[in-house]
Amino acid sequence: MKIALMGQPNSGKSTIFNHVAGYKAVTSNFPGKTVEFTLTKFNIFGQVIELVDLPGTYSLTSFDLAELEARKYLLKSNVNVVINVIDASLLSRSLELTLQLLELKLPMVICLNMIDEAERKGIKIDIEKLSKVFGVPVVPAVAIKGKGIKGLFSTAYGVGEKKKIGKTIKFSKDVENVITPLSIQIKKKQVDQEFNLPERFLALKYLENDSYFIENYKKKSNDLFKEIVHFQNILKEAHGRPSDVVISSERHHLSMNIYESVVSLTRPHISLIDYLDNILMHPFLGYISLGLIFYLFFNLIFGVGKMVEEPLLDYFYKLIPLLEKSIDSGTLLFSITSGIIQGLAGGIAIVLPYLFPFLFGLAILEDLGYLPRIAFLLDAFLHKIGLHGKAIIPFILGYGCTVPAIMATRILESERDRFIASVLTTMIPCAARMTIIFALVAFYISPQAALAIYILNIIVIIISGKILSRLLPEVTPGMILEIPAYHIPSIKVAFAKTWLRMKEFIFVAWPLLIVGSTILSLLQYYKTDMLINNLFSPLTSLLGLPLVVGTTLIFGVLRKELSMLMLIQAIGTSNIAAVMSTTQIMTFTIFVIFYVPCVATIAVLWKEIGSKRTLFAVAFTFVLAVILATITRFIY
Amino acid sequence: MIITLDLAKESQKVKVADISGGWGIRQRLGCLGIHPGDIITVKRSAIMRGPILISVHGNQVALGRGVARRIVVEAE
Repeated sequence: MKIALMGQPNSGKSTIFNHVAGYKAVTSNFPGKTVEFTLTKFNIFGQVIELVDLPGTYSLTSFDLAELEARKYLLKSNVNVVINVIDASLLSRSLELTLQLLELKLPMVICLNMIDEAERKGIKIDIEKLSKVFGVPVVPAVAIKGKGIKGLFSTAYGVGEKKKIGKTIKFSKDVENVITPLSIQIKKKQVDQEFNLPERFLALKYLENDSYFIENYKKKSNDLFKEIVHFQNILKEAHGRPSDVVISSERHHLSMNIYESVVSLTRPHISLIDYLDNILMHPFLGYISLGLIFYLFFNLIFGVGKMVEEPLLDYFYKLIPLLEKSIDSGTLLFSITSGIIQGLAGGIAIVLPYLFPFLFGLAILEDLGYLPRIAFLLDAFLHKIGLHGKAIIPFILGYGCTVPAIMATRILESERDRFIASVLTTMIPCAARMTIIFALVAFYISPQAALAIYILNIIVIIISGKILSRLLPEVTPGMILEIPAYHIPSIKVAFAKTWLRMKEFIFVAWPLLIVGSTILSLLQYYKTDMLINNLFSPLTSLLGLPLVVGTTLIFGVLRKELSMLMLIQAIGTSNIAAVMSTTQIMTFTIFVIFYVPCVATIAVLWKEIGSKRTLFAVAFTFVLAVILATITRFIY
Repeated sequence: MIITLDLAKESQKVKVADISGGWGIRQRLGCLGIHPGDIITVKRSAIMRGPILISVHGNQVALGRGVARRIVVEAE
């Protein structure tokens, strides 16, 4: 049985998902344009349930790419049950999506999540009545505490078994008088079979002027298209407003009426968290807190990372001399074994100590609801580089991993904004590059130098943004962004989220690290590494770096952290300071941060912005890296 | 008094009269509960002509200045 979680952004779908999936969720790509939907399988009543977490959508009329993909998935992939997750404290608005989902005529369950928060706000919901209105089961839940989740899935299973479909809620009479004849026309022309969707749903989409369905039909038959325009005009003339406004106002009023009939309002309890915005969104204190939060955040990562890195590295580098005693160091076997050990060590001792605290901290900030506040604070500044506030979200995610960050650019409305944001995102030091900054610069030079790199990076991004927005002079559409209520994050959910993101490193990157370092050992054994190094010598000599660095730069394109781990192996010591000067360390780091994004990033860019623009991004970042690193060499 | 939303003062309560924009902006605002007839409270505005923060149906929404200028409201 296939169950899909569908709901508006911030309704808690992913929290429910993480509760069920725990640590065994998989992210998988779907054919066509990739979107990462999260999938998991679990057993209930001896049956395997496949659960899909779809991106949050406000409505089934979609504007941004993420919403469009969620809708496409729901319409096309034979979902058995839809769980409509609702933030109970925002019931009236959320019901607008519920009304649209009902029109799909799929078996459905409504989950009233955050029911405790609704009660705190003084909203008491008559659950039985709500269930009667829609003809589908309604299950209250507090997902963050795991309350009601079991009941939700056993209800969903039951609905799926019985294939129970909810009621169709009727609009006002004059609107129905247009919907009905249009539905009949659609059925007559068998358009509903073509899309495999109910005729009423299609009729509404046509009246709403939904570009996806309209475009699809304009091409084929002018007949139906004329009918659509005819019916749109009837609504327009009767109401004095465009037909899409008529339909959305109808839905709005229906939702408000249903809301009023099922809710009784009491006095809200005001808690301390309601006052948090007086500081965090304050025109002055807001910016001070923003700076402070990120300063503490990076100090914490560095503190935790360093505490773990040093003893672990010491331990691993005691292993190599031990190995030399048992295996002759001139043999092929020794090369391979030491390569494997270096790869293992790189993962455990150098990458994980910084990656884990970073991802965990980011998960906490995300769950708290702080990211949209940053978008609000920085909107005016982002306009200066031709973008708007929402672009800060891919940028912040970019400090974790560039791949999901580029996917997150889909929340931006215009293609030009997505292009600029994607190129700039590739320049943000992701967690892999962060480990290089921390393990090389902060460790061997000073934490202040590491901070300086971050500041320099931001300045370069601002300048690049200015250049790109000059090249593409188009006004960015304004920001429309919901600022959700704060939620106290759950440690369990944050851990699950962190684990989901760490898995990518543990199962994909780490094996690559081990294979990479083994290959480098083999190259060294057969002395082929010198060939590559000589090939790269014009670049390395321009940057004033040791010749052996050449090979490591190729590995860096596979995974950015590889270049550092390979560097350690190539120069043959974990004590880099003994072989490279601080200037060389700085130059190397600057170059690695900016040059050519990693393979995974190039692949996702290719899909998102196309081949030409990807090649532009690669060339742009490479030239930038060479210029910046050369400058560093001479002035640092 | 009829004004555009970007001109409303902090903590002022206004009623949406019209949204002067295309299909996209109407739909997107509609999804967040902003339709003609809805009551909006302006909560704060960011520095340097940044966005404004409004409250509508118990929910907070940030609107860029350009967007706010397209929302025509009745103020008392």
